[in-house]
Amino acid sequence: MTATIEPEVGRARLRKEDARLIAGRTRWTDNLTLPGLLHMAIMRSPLAHARITRVDVSSARQLPGVIAVFTGADLADEQGSLPCAWPITEDMLSPNAPSIAVDQVNFAGEAVAVVVARSAYEAADAIEAIDIDYEDLPVVLDMEAAVADGADLVHADLGTNKSATWVFDSAEAGTGSEVEEAIAGAEVLIERTYRQQRLIPAFMEPRSVMVDPTGEQFTLWSATQIPHILRIMLAMTLSVPEHKVRVIAPDVGGGFGGKLQVTPEEVLTFLVARRLGKPVKYTESRSESILAAHHGRDQLQKLTLSARRDGTVTGLKVELLADMGAYLRLVGPGVPILGAFMFNSIYKFPAYRFVCTNVFTNKTPTDAYRGAGRPEATFAIERLMDELAAELDLDPVAVRERNWIRHEEFPFTTVAGLTYDSGNYEAATARAKELFAYDALRAEQAQRRERGDTVQLGIGTSTFTEMCGLAPSRVLGALAYSAGGWEHAAIRMLPTGKVEVVTGSSPHGQGHETAWSQIVADQLGVPFEDVEVLHGDTQSSHKGMDTYGSRSLTVGAIAVVQAADKVKAKAAKVAAHMLEAAESDVEFAAGAFRVRGAGADATSVSIQDVALAVFAAHDLPEGVEPNLDSEATFDPENFSFPHGTHLCAVEVDTETGRVRIREYVAVDDVGRVVNPLIVEGQVHGGLAQGIAQALFEEAVHDESGTLTTGTLADYLVPSAADLPNFTTDRTETPATSNPLGVKGVGEAGTIASTPAVVNAVVDAVRHLGVSDVQMPCTPLRVWRAIHTGQTDAGGLGGEAGGGLGSMGGTQ
Amino acid sequence: MIPAAFDYVAPTTVDDAVRALSEAGEDAKVIAGGQSLLPVLRMRLAAPSKLIDLGRIPELRGVREDGDTLVIGAMTTHYEVQRDPLVREHALLLACATDTVADPQVRHRGTLGGSLAHADPAGDLLAPALALDAELVVSGMDGRRAVPATEFFTDFFETSLRPGEILCEIRLPKYTGWSAHYEKFNRVAQAWSIVAVAAAVRVENDTIAQARVGLTNMAATPVRATAVEQALIGQPATPEAITEAAQHAAEGTAPTTDGNADVEYRQHLARVLTSRAVTAALST
Repeated sequence: MTATIEPEVGRARLRKEDARLIAGRTRWTDNLTLPGLLHMAIMRSPLAHARITRVDVSSARQLPGVIAVFTGADLADEQGSLPCAWPITEDMLSPNAPSIAVDQVNFAGEAVAVVVARSAYEAADAIEAIDIDYEDLPVVLDMEAAVADGADLVHADLGTNKSATWVFDSAEAGTGSEVEEAIAGAEVLIERTYRQQRLIPAFMEPRSVMVDPTGEQFTLWSATQIPHILRIMLAMTLSVPEHKVRVIAPDVGGGFGGKLQVTPEEVLTFLVARRLGKPVKYTESRSESILAAHHGRDQLQKLTLSARRDGTVTGLKVELLADMGAYLRLVGPGVPILGAFMFNSIYKFPAYRFVCTNVFTNKTPTDAYRGAGRPEATFAIERLMDELAAELDLDPVAVRERNWIRHEEFPFTTVAGLTYDSGNYEAATARAKELFAYDALRAEQAQRRERGDTVQLGIGTSTFTEMCGLAPSRVLGALAYSAGGWEHAAIRMLPTGKVEVVTGSSPHGQGHETAWSQIVADQLGVPFEDVEVLHGDTQSSHKGMDTYGSRSLTVGAIAVVQAADKVKAKAAKVAAHMLEAAESDVEFAAGAFRVRGAGADATSVSIQDVALAVFAAHDLPEGVEPNLDSEATFDPENFSFPHGTHLCAVEVDTETGRVRIREYVAVDDVGRVVNPLIVEGQVHGGLAQGIAQALFEEAVHDESGTLTTGTLADYLVPSAADLPNFTTDRTETPATSNPLGVKGVGEAGTIASTPAVVNAVVDAVRHLGVSDVQMPCTPLRVWRAIHTGQTDAGGLGGEAGGGLGSMGGTQ
Repeated sequence: MIPAAFDYVAPTTVDDAVRALSEAGEDAKVIAGGQSLLPVLRMRLAAPSKLIDLGRIPELRGVREDGDTLVIGAMTTHYEVQRDPLVREHALLLACATDTVADPQVRHRGTLGGSLAHADPAGDLLAPALALDAELVVSGMDGRRAVPATEFFTDFFETSLRPGEILCEIRLPKYTGWSAHYEKFNRVAQAWSIVAVAAAVRVENDTIAQARVGLTNMAATPVRATAVEQALIGQPATPEAITEAAQHAAEGTAPTTDGNADVEYRQHLARVLTSRAVTAALST
């Protein structure tokens, strides 16, 4: 066997998993079946807030193929309360969170009855035959109204719509000075309120779950990001012993945080299968997914930035309202807190205060969505930096440069108390400006303004950073999160020299199988093709914290590296024995052990030779166990801090309000790169989602709390046809906080791009009197902002436009 | 997204289809590609007892000439309309509008007749049919009749098709030598039009001799912008003349308000887009 000579890390390998994923030669949860499988369908509340006064399921029970119909009352005693793992304050209010409503519904889309039938068709038909009477309750939708005195209440028993208020103050924390003093002494104050609209994760594979209760263990297959967390939480929520539950996440088609959840649907399928003693499957429709799977973002941000007239920032005060929806989900309360450390971003603020109040409304619960807290923070600060530049008539890039942490100042402890290990904002910005033709576009912008062109040009900047690689367990502990942030890996050396890598990360589109194979190929000197990556089954991958928060590479892959180190250490003892040398005289390179200094032609034993010798175990050194397999659990010391500079040029058609992205340059620094192709894919997808927030997507509710953007005809997820060509490049400043020098990339594009686009839109029409346009910057909003100064046209209360929305209205 | 149960028949002649529809009664629905109907069924916004599929009737498919008239079978797919040389030559406006319909998958399944009979005012093919004075030939148990486009579209998703009638063909006078453009305004490529303008013009000696302008999604039915047409005729083909004529585009419209646009904005868009549509048509 020949060892790999070219390092695998850094190669643009095509992804191992793509052939089966793209060609459909795989098993999504909904493709799976079991003997005697039953199908569940869910009846959902059409009302946002109501008491259930009567439920009649008698006709549904009579329909052909129907096995059982359950209401909330039927399952009330055993359903427990859906878990919330992040009590951000000691006095946080958290209502009981049923998987199926028992006597009251608190958002439109909440489950009120389930049908189990022999086929999915019969189950769907029976849903129509269920009759439920409701008594309307006042609907709470607007966050500011919800926290006002005398507001109607989502949960009357809590006595308030405020769940918790969380504060960080640099003066109190000792990380900076008093922000009110900075504001009082400010030469310039920028005060703005920005709205983070509600978004829908819109992963490609709808959620699906199947439960088999017929074995010794319950086996649950789910399209989830978090098989390991799900197992623990199911055990705790449903009082089923943990060792009696096995969770499998087969190939999962996207998540974006939307599958970082313990869902009502998982609990209900489990309960129903357990009750009936038969395997049951539930797969949501796209409409159900849009309506009832958790939503993202939805914040109101009141911001005050103080500065000197030369553009030096002196203080930042952030007052947030964050919409939790009707219940607290798994990490929902902590999402805005993940943003708390990022509002100051790459800038040297001397004073900072952050106050966030989490609010209940009668809407679908919110939780993690790509970036989770950090896009909101990055949007706010990057919009403010552009506003400051405009106020002072300075170049927006120059204002940033005046305030950012210089390359030679790393490691740098910020006003929010984080220590950034590394960064080079100068290099990324210089490269971005070069690729963007910044000066030429500024010149064109001036010309268009001068001649009063109907199409105006705007340039938007976003010099972002983010904290990812969740997370050091001690930090999570300090933030009152209920679990740690470590990750586990194991390596099994098979007798023939092939390698199985077991990872606690749980891929759902990221390409772990390829990247982990590349890393292990280098670590053990085995061919890329000889590595198999096992994941997503709590039986084979028994320990893990799963995938979210750009943590897989920076935490999960480091555990893999550490496990490989242990394999090599064990192998070295055996190899030395085989080479008849002292262990201290043996070195390992390119997959083989040799006596140090003996030259390339000297006798060597490959790691595969060692694996076979260990399997045979005929002649091992004294006291050496016949086993090379090793495992490791890595708990990071710090977050990883990817950064970059994104520049966006848009054309705004002032006659119609339409925005067209003309140029988009993204220079990201994600440290050392394992696979450039995967990084490129993550950046492109991230940009698409961030741009979608800026221009296209918005979950809209009418005044009764009905989601009017309930289909993909109304909730506008852009396609490739709606996006520009992206110019991407990288600078490479290795992270110093992990042995691979890697940083996360999964969320960077989303975090960076939204403010770059909105900054560009505002820049295009600022000379026409516009200083903000609410997201998404629809043609209507941009046109209104230009012609009337109104920034929030359309949106809340509006009917969905065109297509299926209008079709539904006439039926 | 599972529809309620329904019966399904796929006749192979128009006569059989008409008979099947008439026998099935009011709960039956014709399926002519299904690009609009299937989502409605799957969302259970409608639950017809029977679907009569026109997809296997050869006589409803294809494009032919009949003297001075271009005849397009109702079940001709958008893709076929796009690619048909006769349509390009004699009804360029229809080809231009069809180019903008949804995406390639939809255009391979959806049909011209299905789109017209569905009568979604945001659909892109209604305004061209109206502007080009299409005649819609329908067939029922009482025989065939021809309905002018002006009388075919009666309200949101409503036509003058009588119970038991099927749309069979679309007959268009030939607009040979006309130039045309369909200016569509929507938020993402696959979305419905917020507003769109269908314009066809014929120029003689640098003067606009004839003009046809139809508006999409500016009322419960497609709208013919006759005031714009009259203002254009006899004018030189200059930007000033076009812009001035386009100021009449919102006359007689009654658009709706939704999350994408209100009445004022739609009427404004109608004027802007009309100017652009005519300008673009003249440059083809």
